Amino acid sequence: MAILVNEESRVIIQGITGREGMVRAQLMKDYGTKVVAGVTPGRAGQEVYGIPVYDSVLQAWEKQGPVDVSVIFVPAALVKNAALEAIDADVKLLVIVPDRVPIHDVLEIAARAAEKGARFVGPNTLGLVSPGKAVLGMIGGRAERAREWFKPGPIGVSSRSGGMTSAISYYLTKAGLGLSTIVHVGGDVVIGLSHPEVMTLFQEDPETRMAVMFGEIGTTQEERVADLVESGRFTKPLVAYIGGKAAKSGTRFSHAGAIVEGSRGSYETKVKRLREVGVHVVDAISDIPLKAKQVLG
Amino acid sequence: MARLFEFQSKKLLKQGGIPVPAGDVAATPEEARRIAERIGKPVVIKIQVWVTGRAGIGGIQFAATPAEAEAKARQLLGMKVKNFAVDRVLVEEKLAIKAEYFVGLVIDDAAKKPLLIFSPAGGTGVEEIARLHPEKVARQTIDVLKGFPEYEARNMLLRVGIEGAILPKLADLLTKLYKVARTNDARSAEINPLVLTADDSVYAADCHFVVDDYAVYRHPDFGIEIAREFDRPPTELEKIAYRVEEKDYRGTFYFFQMVEQTAGSEKYIGFNGAGGGGSMMSMDAVLNRGFKLANYCDTSGNPPASKVYRAAKIILSQPGIMGYFASGSGVASQEQYHSARGLVKAFHEEGLDIPAVIRLGGNFEEKAIEILKTYLKDIPGVVEGYGRDDSPEFCASRLEELVAKSGGKRYQIRPLVEAWIPDRAYVFDTVTGRLSFDHSKCPGCKTKGCVPACGPKILKLEDGKPVLAVSVEDAKKGKCTECLACEIFCKFHERDAIVVHLPIPGLKEYRERIRTAKP
Repeated sequence: MAILVNEESRVIIQGITGREGMVRAQLMKDYGTKVVAGVTPGRAGQEVYGIPVYDSVLQAWEKQGPVDVSVIFVPAALVKNAALEAIDADVKLLVIVPDRVPIHDVLEIAARAAEKGARFVGPNTLGLVSPGKAVLGMIGGRAERAREWFKPGPIGVSSRSGGMTSAISYYLTKAGLGLSTIVHVGGDVVIGLSHPEVMTLFQEDPETRMAVMFGEIGTTQEERVADLVESGRFTKPLVAYIGGKAAKSGTRFSHAGAIVEGSRGSYETKVKRLREVGVHVVDAISDIPLKAKQVLG
Repeated sequence: MARLFEFQSKKLLKQGGIPVPAGDVAATPEEARRIAERIGKPVVIKIQVWVTGRAGIGGIQFAATPAEAEAKARQLLGMKVKNFAVDRVLVEEKLAIKAEYFVGLVIDDAAKKPLLIFSPAGGTGVEEIARLHPEKVARQTIDVLKGFPEYEARNMLLRVGIEGAILPKLADLLTKLYKVARTNDARSAEINPLVLTADDSVYAADCHFVVDDYAVYRHPDFGIEIAREFDRPPTELEKIAYRVEEKDYRGTFYFFQMVEQTAGSEKYIGFNGAGGGGSMMSMDAVLNRGFKLANYCDTSGNPPASKVYRAAKIILSQPGIMGYFASGSGVASQEQYHSARGLVKAFHEEGLDIPAVIRLGGNFEEKAIEILKTYLKDIPGVVEGYGRDDSPEFCASRLEELVAKSGGKRYQIRPLVEAWIPDRAYVFDTVTGRLSFDHSKCPGCKTKGCVPACGPKILKLEDGKPVLAVSVEDAKKGKCTECLACEIFCKFHERDAIVVHLPIPGLKEYRERIRTAKP
């Protein structure tokens, strides 16, 4: 099963002729992701690694048939336009890889996606992998690496750090445990699918027996996951690690921010809140595989 | 998050049609006097620094006359607050305050929408009021597609008991604040207090505006030097580093200094992380070994070798460090040999003589470690390379051991020597630099290995000499990825005829200043 993507998902790549787009097109295709087309305005007729390129998402759809997912690799300043193009063309899942997308652009993408019933991962994401099925984005870097590092199994991983998504998943694989889907939700404050939304998907996925979450200080994502657990909307075992313990707590620059977040967002409150509702919070990354083994029994 | 000063924020409010007190910013006491003369009424003089609670430290003064304004401004200018030297004051008309409100806009990460907050009780106690009496604070999320209509603002105000003639005035102001925030890419925008004066006018008496780092490029007029959150002005070296990042969109390079002086007995090291989560984990590992970080640096997001090279050169512009520690998540998706080559070039040029532990786990780590091992074995400092199965804790312990073995030798920065380009060299430009090939050395070359070594395969042989196989325009636009493979091959296996010139504006002068400033 896995979540969000599998071997049947029909994928396009916006920005396929760029530096990253080209390299990661190869990663995705080699891994087995069904990449049906690429899009770069003005480059229709070209091919990248055997993938046909079109001038627009709509054109790609007309020529190649329905598109389930678009992976976006365009410069940050052009992301809003590319994402709205895909959403308006009726693509229901976007993976927005670029870093440094203006926050008001993300808000607009989020609003439009909500209106059209679309979802997105990122921005500022390495992407996601359903091991043995498909990879979206650049996670793993090369197909042979992604196959070696991430093996199929019952654990879902959701992480706010790209590197740690790979690291945790690799250490789980190395410990003989497998993965259903691993998701780098993205490092920014406003992201499409955040931890609680990913946990909800893991809850619905019969293949996922437990989840691992890499959280960080800032935002309310981890607290909202605790809310899900508390209200019985996430019932599977969850192992969590919160990064940023050593980071000096940020100076509050805004009263409004403090009013909204209250005491949420800090390392201590996140850990306390998660432990309160029975989440297994570990103190070191290296404890994750051990804890996961225990939990799975 | 890039903050604006109060006077800048107020300029934006004014442009958006929100009333602000009459006034202007002054950098000298005389200017303050002239502004007070123009206002022609008692004034308030406020230091322009990024700290809260300015009144409590004497940073806000009142003056009845222009002469007094000049004297007060003289006191305030030159005041030291935290690390800020006060170099500007805002001179404004003193308001006759009848009531103080609070209004602020933030981005709600859960709703993925802007959120406007209004409290009829403003001032410094607003957080306390919100905590004790949440019902007294109105909140309204905003649909960015629809915008923020006046009636929504009015209903929001009615919920917290605003009524009468002030209601439409405040509703209008709220809708304008949203527009100002959105037009200027605010991460947060806050008016506190929003003042109701004796004559029933409203004014933004103070304003905090934080611009989204990622959108600063849309607002060059804000004059933001470094689009990042700092609680102090950026250092010289940070500015040099930021200019590198600004000019190169490929991958991330983030640098800041934890200390400007590494004096004393502390064990400082240069830190080169990769990725937020991996860097945090790696920092913890070295801190647990009793090291202190001279700097924090993140080179991730698949940066080219040239960017990692520049990062290393900047890190190695910090005198007194005892080691160099590079470590990320350990399972990076980026091709790690790029980072390895960047470090090889930098360490060689610097003649690195302190130990370095480089944890380059991830994609192509074997090749990356091999590059470090092969090409750094002859420099004075010991360099060890590690991969994904070596934990940050283990690598930190290696650094500890190597530092102990080196006797705690402290790094002394060298003058920056820029490589010379020989006459009649074959030269082409790249995205951020220039390549030169000394073709006069080519006849003795047996392998012509630079051509197969080239990462993007843009070199070919012509009369036994390497030249571009693509146009010079394409090379400059990015076909040459500045992977450094040709230079490293030629330097170590052949005739040392190739140099990739990667200037770092300002670094030469900076190092000179630091070196000569020493006692």
